[in-house]
Amino acid sequence: MCGIAGLFLKNRALEPELGSHLAVMLGILTDRGPDSAGFAIYGDGKPGHVKFTLRAAAGYDFPALAAALGAACTLHDDHATFTIPESAEPTFRAALASRPGISIVASGTRMELFKGVGLPDDVSRRFGLADMAGSHAIGHTRMATESAVTTQGAHPFSTGPDQCLVHNGSLSNHNDVRRALMRQNMVFETQNDTEVAAGYLSWKLRDGAKLDEALTSALDVLDGFYTFVVGTESGFGVLRDPVACKPAVMAETEDYVAFGSEYRALADLPGISKAHLFEPEPARIYFWERQA
Amino acid sequence: MAALDVTRSDRIVFDLGAEELRALNATLQGLEGATNETAWTILNPRGAHALCVGITQPIEVMVDGHAGYYCGGMNDGAAITITGNAGPGVAENMMSGRVHVMGDASHAAGATAHGGLLLIEGNAAARCGISMKGVDIVVKGSVGHMSAFMAQSGNLVILGDAGEALGDSLYEAQIFVRGSVKSLGADCEEKPMTEEARAVLEHLLREAGVNVPVSAFKRYGSARTLYHFHVDNAGAY
Repeated sequence: MCGIAGLFLKNRALEPELGSHLAVMLGILTDRGPDSAGFAIYGDGKPGHVKFTLRAAAGYDFPALAAALGAACTLHDDHATFTIPESAEPTFRAALASRPGISIVASGTRMELFKGVGLPDDVSRRFGLADMAGSHAIGHTRMATESAVTTQGAHPFSTGPDQCLVHNGSLSNHNDVRRALMRQNMVFETQNDTEVAAGYLSWKLRDGAKLDEALTSALDVLDGFYTFVVGTESGFGVLRDPVACKPAVMAETEDYVAFGSEYRALADLPGISKAHLFEPEPARIYFWERQA
Repeated sequence: MAALDVTRSDRIVFDLGAEELRALNATLQGLEGATNETAWTILNPRGAHALCVGITQPIEVMVDGHAGYYCGGMNDGAAITITGNAGPGVAENMMSGRVHVMGDASHAAGATAHGGLLLIEGNAAARCGISMKGVDIVVKGSVGHMSAFMAQSGNLVILGDAGEALGDSLYEAQIFVRGSVKSLGADCEEKPMTEEARAVLEHLLREAGVNVPVSAFKRYGSARTLYHFHVDNAGAY
């Protein structure tokens, strides 16, 4: 069992409230996943720049690293976000590779990604989720089944720029798919099944597929139980496996599209009493794209 | 002598915004047969799990909002109305009484239920009536895949369409569908509409307040060809 919460805003006036709504949703889903939690949030981007979310052991001196690499850095507990010019990305990655204590959690133009072990409310508080703004955000509360309770095993997983995926369920062919993707030069950090699903979508997107096309092909390739919620720089997608054992409820209003593993997670959203509530159908791709 | 008049103003209101779910269920489960507390309104359910489970008295309960998992589970005699949507397993293992969902129901509605009537105004998701054991289920919308899987007895009436693998591995339950059936499950086949079946369906449509002729429905049941129906295997059980 796990919990998923996602919120995709159509009304930009709500963007300052995005983090506070997601934090409430994650807190409610604690009893579906008390082991660990995480979230990806699509906030501001700077043209011509790349944003990295990094993680290191508690107490790591990120400001010193930022100074050494000539980057701007914002601290969030044991994570930090770095914004660097696009042209500096290869040098930045090489510099990080020489510092083994630092993990790249995610990168992209707008996405930041934070995750950790602990109760969802504690994780949200540690990273300051309630004060974060953005256009869309996806969060997860984990009750581990397929791999250990570690920060690395927490969701979301990001395997491509501005891409994230959360998962409720378990995949049965992830080892096969991981091996096949590794032969395509995809790199995996964990033995986790969900990372393989994320990697598969990233591989399809890298080849030029659109998110909905990537999700459609995932139906043929990934075997097992899943409800996925995925994010890209401009998109928000939902896919349930054909058997659809894992619960899902969606709400749509003029202002937003929201996903919750259960209705409880949606109950506090503004205007929920007038929302169109529906259960996403099995094996059907749901996809929303941000209007430029 | 004043006439008995149980009007809405006499209803007992239980606000889950102010009181605990466990207190609600303990109160409803603790009602005795002679109780005069027969009409309840539950406010602010907000998708809570296991609302109004295990009631054993013929009271009337209105859950005003959306319910989470297993609302009305094990109901034995109460008439429970959910004004919104119901989560997974609504009225699971109901013994008798009535559960009425005004919105949609999630998967496994009426699972394993032995008796009573489950009436769903909207759609029911996958596995509606899975392993039902005597309950009557009427869905005014459509049902998802694998509905009535291993259904043992009772009646499932679907006014809309049925998803894939309807009635897979059926035993004695019968299924009536007005709309289309995406596919039948293993050992499920269309059956003739017998006089007996017609009477059952007419009764259920009347109970559900539906004015649709019986002739609009097709009837499905078990072809009785799976392993356990074969006399040579009778000794295996």
